[in-house]
Amino acid sequence: MQRVIKAAIAALWFMLLTLPVLGIKLNTIERTVSWRLDRIVLLGIAIFGLAMLWDWCFSRKARGLAIIKLPDGFGLGPAMAALSQKPKLMMTSLAVLAAIMIAMPLVSSFYQTNIMISALLYVMLALGLNIVVGLAGQLVLGYVAFYAVGAYAYGLLHQFFGFGFWVCLPIGGFVAVIFGLALGFPVLRLRGDYLAIVTLGFGEIVRLALQNWTSLTGGPRGVSNIPRPGFFGMQMDISTSTTYVYYLVLVAVVVTIVVISRLKNSRVGLALQALREDEIACEAMGIDIMRVKLSAFALGSCWAGFAGVIFAAKTTYINPSSFTFMESAMILSMVVLGGMGSITGVAIAALILILAPEYLRAFSEYRMLIFGAIMVIMMIFRPQGLISGERRRYRISALHGTEGGRQ
Amino acid sequence: MDIQFFIELFFGGLTRGSIYALIALGYTLVYGIIELINFAHGEIYMLGAFTALLVAGVLGVYGFPAGGILIVAALAAIVWCAAYGYTLEKVAYKPLRGAPRLSPLISAIGMSIFLQNYVLLAQTADFVPFPNLLPEMEFLDHIGNVMGPSDFLILMVSTLAMLALSLFIRYTRMGKAMRATAQNRKMALLLGINADRIISLTFIIGSSLAALGGVLIASHMGQVNFGIGFLAGLKAFTAAVLGGIGSIPGAMLGGLVLGLAESFTTGYFSGNYEDMLAFAILILILIFRPDGILGKAKVQKV
Repeated sequence: MQRVIKAAIAALWFMLLTLPVLGIKLNTIERTVSWRLDRIVLLGIAIFGLAMLWDWCFSRKARGLAIIKLPDGFGLGPAMAALSQKPKLMMTSLAVLAAIMIAMPLVSSFYQTNIMISALLYVMLALGLNIVVGLAGQLVLGYVAFYAVGAYAYGLLHQFFGFGFWVCLPIGGFVAVIFGLALGFPVLRLRGDYLAIVTLGFGEIVRLALQNWTSLTGGPRGVSNIPRPGFFGMQMDISTSTTYVYYLVLVAVVVTIVVISRLKNSRVGLALQALREDEIACEAMGIDIMRVKLSAFALGSCWAGFAGVIFAAKTTYINPSSFTFMESAMILSMVVLGGMGSITGVAIAALILILAPEYLRAFSEYRMLIFGAIMVIMMIFRPQGLISGERRRYRISALHGTEGGRQ
Repeated sequence: MDIQFFIELFFGGLTRGSIYALIALGYTLVYGIIELINFAHGEIYMLGAFTALLVAGVLGVYGFPAGGILIVAALAAIVWCAAYGYTLEKVAYKPLRGAPRLSPLISAIGMSIFLQNYVLLAQTADFVPFPNLLPEMEFLDHIGNVMGPSDFLILMVSTLAMLALSLFIRYTRMGKAMRATAQNRKMALLLGINADRIISLTFIIGSSLAALGGVLIASHMGQVNFGIGFLAGLKAFTAAVLGGIGSIPGAMLGGLVLGLAESFTTGYFSGNYEDMLAFAILILILIFRPDGILGKAKVQKV
């Protein structure tokens, strides 16, 4: 009963709160006001339901229970864990997945292949940001700057020197690394929210520079006529070359996944995770924080650079408006939703967040609204994301009986 | 050097700077109490401008006299934004007390995106004209055209608001409780100060000031858009950091310094780089003097 009263009060409160912005539509030319009270009532009903749910979620959280209780071995995380214990099943499902991904451009339309390319690009970007935010715990809000640097490196090198895609791919990555280090070096001392703000400022500076340095970057017009990647000088029409770009991105994503999963359990990767857990303790353990942070920045920006080059090649046209803060925020919300540090989770989240708005048209208008809400709700109820970053654990067998070794 | 031009730029900078200062106070107050960068604060400012626009529009259509409308609209914006700030804290930050530091920050970014798109979807993506409701001020004609009525209004109102805030913090019971909580939350709790209420109050005051800034700038610029909060918020944050985040006089000083710096760069160099200037200042300050002009260095305890 108390819950119902609380929900009713919340509903009334929100109805009052949204009265001006949601409830009034002003036509300044004809000087008419339309009251959209139907919307306010609908909102009130929705808030009533949500408030009940919210309260219920909190009472579960306060009692230390999971919000949604799944039977054992159900749900994404446990399913992944169970799968990894059965190598045969794992291999089969991976093979099926690979077959689907490879067959995808052959059976689907040009339009769908294009959507899939951008989804895969975001997977790559999100995995790259996952190194910095998920593994190393350094909140970077200007990630899209490195993406822009990669894209413009290809665009401008082609425009001024006629360089091709395959030459620019490593150069784009390299230039992005330089930028990453240039940002990383001075901000090493900063942590937490200050770092977030500085990187945000850096991202905006890069975007504003691209926009205002018209003689070099073409300003708001951007760079056009960027060639698609070639394949030993083969002539390709637009749909073949799209298919080709698709496979290229697919390979890039696979490489990214392999590299990052190898990295995670390497010395550098473990140092990164130590940095995330506790910076001071990490330093006290004798880890060179400076080097670890710089390598996180370099690795993360390198991936963004590669993705940028591929993006430029895919769209053949780039301008500064593709590289706004919202883009960074979107990539960040993929990392947050997927589970910081988890490769599978981040990849799945990126696919969901890009593909869902494409296929659910009604949903696409509300995309950013929902992104924002997801970020808040995840932080409150499930900060570990869809799949919590699974970590390799070691046990000392002498202490735990026979069952021991690596897990 | 043309002295007239210099004076114009100076007053332009003061006007800008006092708006930055008004918003920066919200960042500084919140940071002082819960050490959180309220990323959605710029959106509150934007909501203030929008609320004022809608209320003014409704009153205008129903035929109220122009002079009163601005005051009513400003009051409405303040009340609603205070409510938004209060709700924001309850929904997005309160459940995250005691969580790792990144969590409330990400939640704040989410809230910022949410509020922007809420206004975008509920209203429009276009720039909406804000009606000119200012009374004629004839005495301003005598001092040349260095200052228009809206500049005058901004300077007066923001000075009054800042003065009121300073007096409130200094002399009232609630203000003292706020200072105590900012200094040491645990000790304040032991002394019987309701920390939750203080935090709510902080958000309410900060949001009211931001709303006031929003109304003033909307009537100064003559237009409103759902995206104006992002840049204004960042600049105000720059001002807060410049003055030393957590320090109230620091935020005012920082706002004025930033406003003047921007105004003079625009006047003597080029308008293209004024936004870059703010970000460059922000980065340089954070790197070389993170405690700002009036801030105190904090010792990190382990």
